[in-house]
Amino acid sequence: MELRQKLEILADAAKYDASCASSGTEKRDSREGGLGSTEGMGICHAYAPDGRCISLLKVLLTNACIYDCAYCINRATSNVPRARFTVRELVELTLDFYRRNYIEGLFLSSGIIRSPDYTMERLVDVARILREEHGFRGYIHLKTIPDASPELLAEAGRHADRLSINIELPQEGALKALAPEKDLSEIRRAMGQMRLRIEEAKEARKTERRAPAPRFAPAGQSTQMIIGADASDDRAVLGTTANLYGSYGLKRVYFSAYSPIPDASRLLPPAAPPLVREHRLYQADWLLRFYGFSLDEIMAGGEGGMLDLGIDPKLAWALRHRGDFPVDVNRAPRERLLRVPGLGAKTVDRLLAARRHRSIRSEDLARLRLPLGKLLPFLVTEDHRPRVTDRLDLRALVAPRTGFAKPVQMALL
Amino acid sequence: MIGIALPGPADFPAWREAARRLLAAEVAPERVAWHLVGEAAGLFAHEPVPEPRRAGITVPRAFPELAEVVIRHRDGERFALLYRLLWRIAHGEHGLLEMATDPEVIRAQAMAKAVRRDAHKMHAFVRFREAPEGRYVAWFEPDHHILEAETGFFIRRFAGMRWSILTPEASAHWDGEEVQMGPGGRRADAPAEDAKEDLWRAYFASIFNPARLKPAAMRAEMPVKYWRNLPEAQDIPRLMAEAPRRVAEMVARGATPAAPRRQRVLAADVEAPMSADLFTQDPATALAALRAEVLADRGPLAEHATQAVFGEGPIGAALLFVGEQPGDEEDIAGRPFVGPAGRMFNRALEEAGIPRAEAYVTNAVKHFKFKPTGRRRLHQSPDAGDIAHYRPFLRREIEIVGPRLVVSLGATALRALTGKPLAITKVRGEVVKSEDGVPVFPTVHPSYLLRLPDPESKEREYARFLGDLKGAWREVQ
Repeated sequence: MELRQKLEILADAAKYDASCASSGTEKRDSREGGLGSTEGMGICHAYAPDGRCISLLKVLLTNACIYDCAYCINRATSNVPRARFTVRELVELTLDFYRRNYIEGLFLSSGIIRSPDYTMERLVDVARILREEHGFRGYIHLKTIPDASPELLAEAGRHADRLSINIELPQEGALKALAPEKDLSEIRRAMGQMRLRIEEAKEARKTERRAPAPRFAPAGQSTQMIIGADASDDRAVLGTTANLYGSYGLKRVYFSAYSPIPDASRLLPPAAPPLVREHRLYQADWLLRFYGFSLDEIMAGGEGGMLDLGIDPKLAWALRHRGDFPVDVNRAPRERLLRVPGLGAKTVDRLLAARRHRSIRSEDLARLRLPLGKLLPFLVTEDHRPRVTDRLDLRALVAPRTGFAKPVQMALL
Repeated sequence: MIGIALPGPADFPAWREAARRLLAAEVAPERVAWHLVGEAAGLFAHEPVPEPRRAGITVPRAFPELAEVVIRHRDGERFALLYRLLWRIAHGEHGLLEMATDPEVIRAQAMAKAVRRDAHKMHAFVRFREAPEGRYVAWFEPDHHILEAETGFFIRRFAGMRWSILTPEASAHWDGEEVQMGPGGRRADAPAEDAKEDLWRAYFASIFNPARLKPAAMRAEMPVKYWRNLPEAQDIPRLMAEAPRRVAEMVARGATPAAPRRQRVLAADVEAPMSADLFTQDPATALAALRAEVLADRGPLAEHATQAVFGEGPIGAALLFVGEQPGDEEDIAGRPFVGPAGRMFNRALEEAGIPRAEAYVTNAVKHFKFKPTGRRRLHQSPDAGDIAHYRPFLRREIEIVGPRLVVSLGATALRALTGKPLAITKVRGEVVKSEDGVPVFPTVHPSYLLRLPDPESKEREYARFLGDLKGAWREVQ
């Protein structure tokens, strides 16, 4: 099979993994030799018409797989054509793309062939050859196979910037039904193992001065959850997400709206969820992690365990807690301002700095290009005091009229 | 008017030098006409800079950091704007840059943002083509005067290659040792093609998911103005046009039957089933079977925990310690007493002179009960229902290990063993009976010692805990 054809099959097979991040790793460059650099900030080298960033060469080593996960295009009983890169082909392809500045590095995953260890060994080989034979200093993300041996995991962590294991589905029952060979306990234990090693390496970097510490995935670990392939509601999704962040110190939990795959299994729902659900879940996840909201508060903005798709979760919460408003932009503490719909963390910090010098007026907010229509019903400024907070039609006033209000999705019926 | 000619469009040192002289001479911003060498200075801009009248001033570090970026903006007003900001900072508005709502600050911040974004897009969208002699050459059209400042990024990344980046205004050439700035070029100066571009375009087309079209998101991050220099962008119209048909076909095909020949399956690992027979003569087998049963437990706490944590230690140990439940670290490691409280417990055990071979450690509740909050898991005390769920496991564990004395650490353990909510303060130091008639020696949980606020009570309580351990050890001698 020609290289181009392999690339087409194995990139097509990899595209359902949402992660393409290339950020958060150690700083390094090629001035002392080798090829490539990482400077902390990730770079998206292109965007596809699906709106997703292309930062890494994201491919599978092979799409042959002995597991039969219903949601996966590569499952054992799917009819897709199969292909497999040689280790050398992958190394050359990564270097060729990198030299032309197409990519930040490689995100390598694979179907399970023969055994978890056999597969993991091939993945680690690619990373090792890139690092040791070619002095590759770019970003490497390796997908980890839950039951591969600890020695292989240690070597993977030595070469990779980031490791990940997909949790796949929000609830254990769904995983059992749709991915019979996968085991949630095993996935969690593997994530726990990675957390331990990442923390050890970090700790060693801090304390050891003389001997270099064993390197282990300096950009941490991440995971992905498919949304809408099973019946889990948003509360279950966010609860599992909070548990994953808290338990395993994950850098990111990616949500991937279930999208129809060619050659679909009969076990799957006929229609995909609206893409906006994924978006609302990300917004809710940020409120949980960076804005001091609790899960119950966020879910109070929706109905029956689901978030409101029409408006963002902070606005939904605010509309149901009008007694907490208005908030005075010139006097309220940071935590209160963070809860105002339309104010992000950066804006809040700028306003806090500015108000030490001068009282903030509505025109100041306009100059900062903030969404006044959304803000002013909830905010007191030097020259404005809202009187509409208890109006019944407030939602209609502040909800966006376009964009996500009417979710657009390819018809799938 | 005073005309100031700068040698280059983004020459920050030259601007700073001129601005210092102007400021020292108390020249107000309205009297300065900034321009580039070779440009007309304006009709009346022929006055010389007067003699200095004040000493140099210090400005917040944020100003030069901002100015160095703003000066790369293509806006012809940038030199004057920066000097106005500097003038205001030097004349009573020291904290000016913190005034996020000031119109001139907003303008300068917006310019800096535009320059940074342009630089970031340059890092992303430069596309090298391999020229015949092995040099990599790119044609790029930035919005602002950023080429010279951004060569550093490409040197760090591609230090081992020889490369050139050509822009309409200037060019940069790296030979592996140093960078040379040269005149601007034309698109035709770069190679017209590259052997690997077809592969890259094939990758771009294949990684795209036609079932989720979001062209606005794509254009927001990869504005159309860059497309003409991106080889992959020429495929975008075709990919978008084909997407609805591809999705319709997927849906029309519907679910497909399983492939007739399944991918090769692993020979199943057949594990010998463990005997769960508690009355076996061999306690090691019985303990292993119980352990397997606990690990497979799917009780209410199992749903969110990583794994069940079973006891550890030798069968026949004289002392069996029962703690409350695994904590964060125990949950991850799958072993009891490895977290902060466990480490303190181990230290105390050693100081009390109790050999490890004489101690078996376990917990009343086998899964970590917690509340996820933000980035951490908050320990939650097990309730009566949780304790009751795990009690049968604990009783059998004690029965198999067969200690001479059980030491209960904390209230939960005591309750699990006696079935009664006893207060530790009342029974501490005496031996009580468990429901099964096993002697139980109650003391506090080591995490209680960790929670004590002041060093004095910490020391006192630690000594008391140590005394309890020694007392328990004496009981079994």
